[in-house]
Amino acid sequence: MYFSNRSKFLLKIISTVVFAFLYIPLLVILVNSFNTSKTFAWPPAGFTTSWWGKAIENDGVRAALLTSVKAGLGAMSISLLLGSMVAFAVARYQFFGREAISLLVVLPIALPGIITGIALNSAFRTTLEPLGIPFGLLTVIIGHATFCIVVVYNNVLARLKRVGKNLEEASADLGAGNWQTFRYVTFPSIRSALAAGALLAFALSFDEIVVTTFTSGAGIQTLPQWIFDNLFRPNQAPIINVVAAMLIALFALPVWLSQRLSEGAGSGRI
Amino acid sequence: MLEKASAISIRALTKTFGKVRAVDQIDLDIAAGEFFAMLGPSGSGKTTMLRLIAGFEIPDHGVITIGGRDVSNTAPFERNVNTVFQDYALFPHMTVLQNVQYGLMVKGIAKKERSERSEKALSRVRLEGYESRKPSQLSGGQRQRVALARAIINEPEVLLLDEPLGALDLKLRHEMQVELKELQRTLGITFIFVTHDQEEALSMADRIALFNHGKIEQIGSAAEVYEFPSSEFVASFVGTSNLLTSSESEQLLGKQGIFSIRPEKIHLTKSGDRTFTAQVISSLYLGSTTRIGVELPGGTRLFLLQPNDGSSQSLVSIGEFIQIFWDSSHEFHIQR
Repeated sequence: MYFSNRSKFLLKIISTVVFAFLYIPLLVILVNSFNTSKTFAWPPAGFTTSWWGKAIENDGVRAALLTSVKAGLGAMSISLLLGSMVAFAVARYQFFGREAISLLVVLPIALPGIITGIALNSAFRTTLEPLGIPFGLLTVIIGHATFCIVVVYNNVLARLKRVGKNLEEASADLGAGNWQTFRYVTFPSIRSALAAGALLAFALSFDEIVVTTFTSGAGIQTLPQWIFDNLFRPNQAPIINVVAAMLIALFALPVWLSQRLSEGAGSGRI
Repeated sequence: MLEKASAISIRALTKTFGKVRAVDQIDLDIAAGEFFAMLGPSGSGKTTMLRLIAGFEIPDHGVITIGGRDVSNTAPFERNVNTVFQDYALFPHMTVLQNVQYGLMVKGIAKKERSERSEKALSRVRLEGYESRKPSQLSGGQRQRVALARAIINEPEVLLLDEPLGALDLKLRHEMQVELKELQRTLGITFIFVTHDQEEALSMADRIALFNHGKIEQIGSAAEVYEFPSSEFVASFVGTSNLLTSSESEQLLGKQGIFSIRPEKIHLTKSGDRTFTAQVISSLYLGSTTRIGVELPGGTRLFLLQPNDGSSQSLVSIGEFIQIFWDSSHEFHIQR
């Protein structure tokens, strides 16, 4: 496509504005986490690291962060196992209901969180609670896994389809049994897709709040829940800023990494 | 000819995909040490046949015996057969050496023996010095050689080759034809290769099986299938052929049935016991030969190949009436 100089200039302006809208609020949070003013007066009154110290020492934050990490790791593990298994079944075998399964796996992420939340809540209430399993970390993990599976599934399925059956056939032809073929040929070719899926699943679980609300019960609180609870308490506002700033820094890295992993495997290989 | 043991023996083999009978009640015996070609158009069942022998497909009915052992329902890794894939299927994350040693590695063969055998296999395909390259750093011809080395290092009873030269350019293809033939001769392994290229089959194979609609139309040496095609399909698929319908045969030759005459058997100079006057309707210069289309008085059209040997006979102009000759012994009767 060809653009005139004028439209090039216009496109530059539009892109700048869009990116400014996306990133200036995040930048403001970062700046405010060092702002001495409790009410975030602008321009910042002075520079301080005391909010960071307070946030790190805050028991509520630490407990919530730990819960979120546990939930994220749990949901990620379940998703890795089940998501890649479904992807294998769909990519490599012909069976009745294959298309339906593909849709059923993808659906939970498209459904509004509130629907999933209500459904899981009543399901857990009628099945798990009578068995003596209360609402808590486990139910949150199961709840998150329902929609985290899909990101692992999609990543692995796309990779399996692109890599094709050829290499696996070649491996079997050369005398490798099923496990050897998986270990030496299949796993190396889907490794980066698994890693990308795992990172995305963790990120998805980590910032979830709607389904979490319906599945967590009274005992536990994830980090997003803690932030939401403390958002309107004036004393806590600076600490929330710090938590938000930490998370921005924490998440930029894995997202960038997962992007590299899903691309990198594509180029430079045959 | 010495009677050799069968490397592969196939009985009543059938494989269907949905409603399509890809392989339909095929019986076939391939002798040990034979260079065997399966030739046919796409969709004729030749590739399915290869996949059945390799074990990637399980037959609906029928028996495949390799080296006297019934392998019809065994997995690929339980068969002493190796395949050179059309796209080579080299493992992209492994080096050339790791690719070549793969078969030995998964069978748990000691490192020392592995490196001895891989050295030998790589030198056979003239790829010494490429051990540490990745497949993506090789040319098409080199990848093909790695695929060959990876297969022959396992010393299989039978080597299967799926369109082995399809992805190479013409010059390389001719080189590899010679090399494959030489490799087969020195290794003494049975080679079975699938191709849709009749020239490849004619030039390399000891015997050729012609596949059409999941059945074998004819099996024979290159000369046999070329000179004595058993059906209209074979006559038209292997080389080019002039086919005379039964009414044309009756009118021109005074014989009953369908007859085939190869274009190179029709001459402008040498006499034969058949002589006709024909009008030139087309002339295609092909380098070493000229392909001339003529029409006989009754409306029958024939092609003939005239060598460009410098004689004035090769210069004909369209519309001109010429004399054509052939010998009646080159009229080949084709069964319906």
